[in-house]
Amino acid sequence: MSVQTQYPTASVPPRAETQVRAGGPGVKMVARDVKVYYGAKQALKGIDLDIQENRVMALIGPSGCGKSTFLRCLNRMNDTIENCRVEGLIALDGEDVYGRTIDAVQLRARVGMVFQKPNPFPKSIYDNIAYGPRIHGIATHRDEMDEIVQTSLERAGLWNEVKDRLREPGTGLSGGQQQRLCIARAIAVSPEVILMDEPCSALDPIATAHIEELIDELRENYTIVIVTHNMQQAARVSQKTAFFHLGEMVECDDTEEIFTNPRDERTQGYITGRYG
Amino acid sequence: MSVTATKSRYQSAEFADRLRRRYAAERRFRLAGMAAVGIASLMLVVLLGSIVGKGYTAFWQTQIRLEVTFDKAQVEEGNTMPLLRQALYAVVPEVTDRAGRRSLNELLSSGAPYQLEAMVKANPALVGTKQTVWVLADDEVDQFMKGFIRRDVPESERRLNDIKIGALDKLAAAGAVKSAFNTTLFTAGDSREPEQAGIWGAIVGSFLTLTVTMLLSVPIGVAAAVYLEEFAPKNRWTDLIEVNINNLAAVPSIIFGLLGLAVFLGFFGMPRSAPLVGGLVMALMTLPVIIIASRVALKAVPPSIREAALGVGASPLQTVAHHVLPLAMPGILTGTIIGMARALGETAPLLMIGMVAFIVDIPHGLTDSATALPVQIYMWADSPERAFTERTSAAILVLLAFLILMNGLAVFLRKKFERRW
Repeated sequence: MSVQTQYPTASVPPRAETQVRAGGPGVKMVARDVKVYYGAKQALKGIDLDIQENRVMALIGPSGCGKSTFLRCLNRMNDTIENCRVEGLIALDGEDVYGRTIDAVQLRARVGMVFQKPNPFPKSIYDNIAYGPRIHGIATHRDEMDEIVQTSLERAGLWNEVKDRLREPGTGLSGGQQQRLCIARAIAVSPEVILMDEPCSALDPIATAHIEELIDELRENYTIVIVTHNMQQAARVSQKTAFFHLGEMVECDDTEEIFTNPRDERTQGYITGRYG
Repeated sequence: MSVTATKSRYQSAEFADRLRRRYAAERRFRLAGMAAVGIASLMLVVLLGSIVGKGYTAFWQTQIRLEVTFDKAQVEEGNTMPLLRQALYAVVPEVTDRAGRRSLNELLSSGAPYQLEAMVKANPALVGTKQTVWVLADDEVDQFMKGFIRRDVPESERRLNDIKIGALDKLAAAGAVKSAFNTTLFTAGDSREPEQAGIWGAIVGSFLTLTVTMLLSVPIGVAAAVYLEEFAPKNRWTDLIEVNINNLAAVPSIIFGLLGLAVFLGFFGMPRSAPLVGGLVMALMTLPVIIIASRVALKAVPPSIREAALGVGASPLQTVAHHVLPLAMPGILTGTIIGMARALGETAPLLMIGMVAFIVDIPHGLTDSATALPVQIYMWADSPERAFTERTSAAILVLLAFLILMNGLAVFLRKKFERRW
């Protein structure tokens, strides 16, 4: 069952209307005819995609196909890029994220992000986790904050490794630990969606396996969108996979379907390794 | 076949020759580099050596011991010079004529009576008693004792006549002439008399000026840099502003002085010779330096840190205030201190706004007349007295010490707070 056929692009509501029809039961985020321009260059040529709640959605495709660009639209990280223009509609729980009712800062608290290169703040492990809750006023007492830090680190599977050195700098951890620290930092603010931009590309296979396990566990509580170059990884961690090519979303289906029975020959070509 | 051919090419005599020439070129380059460093070091040593050699004597000052009777009437009248003179005549009783005694009078510093008055003020019980007092000698006596005025030249060409030298010899034989650390140099303001002149007034003036400069240029400069680097859109206007800031950093400092003269003194009617105006002018001059250094430091903070902060929902201002600015701080501090050091050594703009005046008093406020350390050096270098020559060098040494201290602080802060990714 293709997602596109269910929600034709013709039914995109006008921009001014911030309340958007929810994309059906269990759909967390909706993208309709999303076009992104970097100056005169068009990076995305009308993407339609539904992201389902408590599922892992993998975005795959060759370099420069626009999957990272699309991911960064979901929490408006593209706002910081000069000359970047986003058209179309992206909705979170039926609300237009580029509309008036959602602020970019508020959106990023609800849609967290983990980046390609581990980027802990050059502060202590504790402060790395506590920073988000602190600026959002989530914890009022020290005890509460300690608890948030502990649960976040536990969920990220890092607690046992760092519980005795919370005051040491986060930059002193190994690459894999740093990336889990970044995941813990993202979940500390209790987001609804977590975006991951090639979170394992800078890590060794063991650290990668660790993170993949973690992603699978996090699915219970969060909706996850992950960009990856590694097709085995997409197959392992995701339930849905979308294949991007040259700024277009070629195909989106259940991961199993995509990898065993792709309908588009471009998808097949990419999966079988003919290009990419 | 091809392997053999390649092998033989790299083993040929021609190739060996080429290799030798390559190494020779490298050796020549390294020699040239070492020679350059050597010449630069030599020049530095010569420069410092000449300054230290000329200046170190200024840190000592000749004093003369006299047995002074604190006569009640004279002290109350505030006329203590005759007391000192009487004490001096008692040491050399053989000189009795007016001309001779006038020569003797010139052995003592004209500031010596103030010393007695200060003693009486501190301890009124001294009045009516006879005390042993070390008083400042005249600058020419000082120069004579340091060997800069030679006694083997004919009397007519000598700054000190035979009577003075005779009296000094007699005093010296009695152990009544000593060379003591020159505290006056560090506690007094400027003076026409070298032995009473000090750099404290200039140091305070420099300090007041730099305080104004720092309070103005650091917040404005850093704020401008943060806005331009983190918030401003990149368009034709910001490009224009950037070009202009870079140009301003290269504008000769005297132009800033002229600007200060026209705007602050001429238009706003601010006081002449005031550290306030000096600080304003220096702030204008230092601003581009601080903005450029701060922008470089901000640019060096990796974008991943900004993304990380934005990613957890920090607002752009929070991102800058909590993460980017603290990480850029070592670079900003270094730039600021180097800018301040430049301002400390700057003379030309201060000349334009009247801080080149002869000012004896120590300034107490931002609008008091003041001078600055480099201007003091400039003025002393212009003075004809031999004793000012060594004081000029001494003041240069003090200025250099401050500059080295500030640059050292910049290096220390950079090393201490620098972070690597």
